[in-house]
Amino acid sequence: MADLDLPARQGFAPDASPAALPSEIPLTLTINGERRELHVRPWTTLLDLLREDLHLYGTKKGCDHGQCGACTVLVNGQRINSCLALAVSKDGCEVTTVEGLAASDGALHPMQEAFIEHDAFQCGYCTPGQICSAIGLVHEGHARTPEEIREQMSGNICRCGAYTNIVDAIEDVLAKGTTK
Amino acid sequence: MNRFSYARPGSVADAVREVGSGPATKVLAGGTNLVDLMKYNVERPAHLVDVTRLPGLREIEETGEGGLRIGALVTNSAVAYDPRVQERYPLLSSAILAGATAQLRNAATTGGNLLQRTRCYYFYDAATPCNKREPGTGCPAKTGVNRIHAILGTSEHCIATHPSDMAVAMAALEAVIHVSGLNGEREIPIAEFHRLPGDTPERDTNLGVDEVVTAVTLPAPRFATNYTYLKLRDRLSYAFALVSVAAAFDMEGGTVREARIALGGVAHKPWRVLEAEAMLKGVVPERGAFAMVTERILQGAQGYGGNSFKIELARLAIIRALSQAAAGTPQSQTDKRIQ
Repeated sequence: MADLDLPARQGFAPDASPAALPSEIPLTLTINGERRELHVRPWTTLLDLLREDLHLYGTKKGCDHGQCGACTVLVNGQRINSCLALAVSKDGCEVTTVEGLAASDGALHPMQEAFIEHDAFQCGYCTPGQICSAIGLVHEGHARTPEEIREQMSGNICRCGAYTNIVDAIEDVLAKGTTK
Repeated sequence: MNRFSYARPGSVADAVREVGSGPATKVLAGGTNLVDLMKYNVERPAHLVDVTRLPGLREIEETGEGGLRIGALVTNSAVAYDPRVQERYPLLSSAILAGATAQLRNAATTGGNLLQRTRCYYFYDAATPCNKREPGTGCPAKTGVNRIHAILGTSEHCIATHPSDMAVAMAALEAVIHVSGLNGEREIPIAEFHRLPGDTPERDTNLGVDEVVTAVTLPAPRFATNYTYLKLRDRLSYAFALVSVAAAFDMEGGTVREARIALGGVAHKPWRVLEAEAMLKGVVPERGAFAMVTERILQGAQGYGGNSFKIELARLAIIRALSQAAAGTPQSQTDKRIQ
């Protein structure tokens, strides 16, 4: 057994001296199919990059702490909380936001259609995150029953309480097998 | 969030050099805990080392000893749904799926899950004293709001819990943490990885300042039939454990060859009592034996007011989990009814 008595790496740490701070860091992202050459400061989250720099306001900031799911986007096809991802760490990734779901001819994604069909929202603030999360759920393939859908959607809060219809919409898409 | 410099090393050796470059350096992997803590000014790194591009840490591989080696950057989702993990270590898969949300599990990594920090309200609030965040300032949790806090292994300086579900299952499975530092590589049994608070609650683990986690290995599977992960919490999904129990038996005929019992949500690290597990060796697993074992596990448990209910909750949870494991009817993480 190696020596375990090493100094701790956790704990309070002071700010960096301003002189040591980097300028903007180059970053390449493919966002909704479009390759973007960007420059960001390292503390910019993917959510803030999307909204503040790229003016893609579809992705919402709710809690900004990974608790509500309003910021959910698909990165390389997987749903994540964009508020907890530093943009620099996603260099080279493909990002899909709610703006990128419809077909080029404007036809809505089957999940968007299902949310409309089932009246799966009221105020709509959580909806982009719900829809991105639901598409991630379908691709993951681990939910079939309403109970499994509810469990797999627990990262998306809806203050209006549209949960019943959200589950119905997702169940419908799963049943039709229409999501790409 | 404070300002910091940023590096994205391309090799473990480069990462170790970056990580060891200064005390105010933090490692970024999935970011689900660190970025959150940075937003609360609880973590204020001067330098951030992004390890997400390190090669060779995203694989789950067979070991020569019949176990599995899980790279430190394998996401919680990828571990939980790996067919080998599901078949041979269903306890681990179940525990991971009991935690967080699909979005968080897709981003959070194996190494990061082990190194996540407590969710103690006072630790998270940079405006309050906290010995873990700022040593020597005190522990308001002891006399304050402490519903989620520890009942075992506490100290006068800290009553925080380790929040991981994954680590509780890994403790029961006797996983080994592989780390790399300036002095080379070493292996740390998970029981020696996390620490009790003692008089240095600022130290969650025995990882050195220059070390990064590279992998977790699981020994050859023995607990794929009689196991359960029972997690009790304030919501049915997406809540940290008030009490959780990873229980597993290696059975021989109708008796226990070996028992493993690890608790989450009750201590500064996954809580195991080897003497209690040994009491079940050679025994027919039934409720009378479980009650005696439970008394031994909870010996010395201490409540602080708001969390005192956890002692009785843990007592009942251990007995129920041992019953589930003995019957081979593990707790479902979807159907939340406790059978």
